[in-house]
Amino acid sequence: MLRLHNVHTFYGHIHALKGVSLEVNQGEIVCLIGGNGAGKSTTLMSICGINKIRQGIIEFNGEPIMNKPPDQIVAMGISQVPEGRRIFPRLTVLENLEMGAFLRRDKAKIREDLDHVFSLFPILRERQKQAGGTLSGGEQQMLAIARALMARPKLLLLDEPSLGLAPMIVEQIFKIIKEINEEGTTIFLVEQNAHMALNLAQKGYVMETGQIVMQDDAKALLRDKRVREAYLGE
Amino acid sequence: MSFLEYIIQQLINGLTIGAVYALIALGYTMVYGIIELINFAHGEIYMIGAYIGIITLGVLSAQGLTQSSLALAMGIVLVVSMVYCAAYGFTMERIAYRPLRQAPRLSPLITALGMSIFLQNYVMLTQGARDKFFPPLFTGGINIDEVRISYIQVFIMGISVLLMIALQLFIKNTRLGKAMRATAQDKKMASLVGINIDRVISITFIIGSSLAAVAGIMVGMYYGLVNFYIGYVAGLKAFTAAVLGGIGNIAGAMLGGFLLGLLEAFAAGFIPPPHGAQYKDVFAFTILVLVLIFRPSGLLGEQVAEKI
Repeated sequence: MLRLHNVHTFYGHIHALKGVSLEVNQGEIVCLIGGNGAGKSTTLMSICGINKIRQGIIEFNGEPIMNKPPDQIVAMGISQVPEGRRIFPRLTVLENLEMGAFLRRDKAKIREDLDHVFSLFPILRERQKQAGGTLSGGEQQMLAIARALMARPKLLLLDEPSLGLAPMIVEQIFKIIKEINEEGTTIFLVEQNAHMALNLAQKGYVMETGQIVMQDDAKALLRDKRVREAYLGE
Repeated sequence: MSFLEYIIQQLINGLTIGAVYALIALGYTMVYGIIELINFAHGEIYMIGAYIGIITLGVLSAQGLTQSSLALAMGIVLVVSMVYCAAYGFTMERIAYRPLRQAPRLSPLITALGMSIFLQNYVMLTQGARDKFFPPLFTGGINIDEVRISYIQVFIMGISVLLMIALQLFIKNTRLGKAMRATAQDKKMASLVGINIDRVISITFIIGSSLAAVAGIMVGMYYGLVNFYIGYVAGLKAFTAAVLGGIGNIAGAMLGGFLLGLLEAFAAGFIPPPHGAQYKDVFAFTILVLVLIFRPSGLLGEQVAEKI
């Protein structure tokens, strides 16, 4: 479904991605783990067309997307829940969700999807008239995921959904990510919380300084000695 | 004229000119809200709006329309000038600011100053350096005791308030208005939900410029004349109003415009002649300096704490 081949991305003179190749298949949950500054977020921003890549290929369902503007990539079915959630702070919860569906014109279906995300995250229904910036961290994360779902993505990119949240909330969010996947949305998950991510995913990639250094079944990575030492704190 | 009547009279005068400042200030503040650029050429759009108004009015009165239906004539004048200025604003952004989107912030700012000088001289060369006069169309007014509200003042306040309400409704309720707010709050996230940022920026320039066009016509009619340099001071005043209200904040620009107009009217009205009228600019710019020193975020400046 999604394929990156030898992708190079630069920030000015900094060579952030040095030939990243990876693949996400339809229906999977794939995770990308790695330390701070490894290039995980850059990978997602490159997929979404925010960071223009200098070399390589990014394909979605067989079609190259690396030269497309971000709005066309969203229209093709890729949505991102970015790091730090990036809720529009002075839009209400409802308006944030409407912005998620910005490119859609099918009013009736948008209404349905709104009900659907409210059933996934009942707290958002209660808070729909509140400004996004007034929500707690966990609620903002839920809103960010809900907003991305409002685009009806085929592929959902999640960047550190556990960041800064209490363990109980993290568990709740991971449970919902699993549900979303079971409903048919393919998921590409970037995480520092390697344990949670590898337990949820079928396949995992490990990234260091802009390169993929390991890739395997998630369960195999969980047992891997190097992964355990570097990312699972053992 | 009693003291109270005098105050009411100044209030009316202040609100009239304040409405115009507010209209121009909206263009500054909306553009700043989205691309953090002080578009110093915005005053020139206002000036061009006034010129287009005079020219259109000249054509229409030659056809006899101003005599047969003044309301229709004014409607045409406003629309023509708005469309014209919208085209100017759109083009200006495309050729002068868009290529500098990734440049350091000083570059577009200096470009804006250059744009301002260019437009002034362009109008001077094509229209001449002499004053041009608006034909007096709205004569007369309403007298309540000794307080006088002229029809042109009613016209200015009415149209301004109408446009401001329309703008608020647009920003608050429409899909595009919400996209503008989202873009102002977080550009990167806005593109991640599929909003075309370039298009939003273009629309912002179009709206701001058409409001400035209306302001230009109204002031031209109020004072009766226009010149190629009127955009400079009006632009600075409106900029002051935008800063006073909190640059980037739409309600703030409206509030700032009215406050500045009132302040000027009262300064001009209470300092004994012949100095009052001359000191009103000093007052306006003293406000600018004070706000920048003591409350740079302005009266309604956005200070919402954002959670990490």
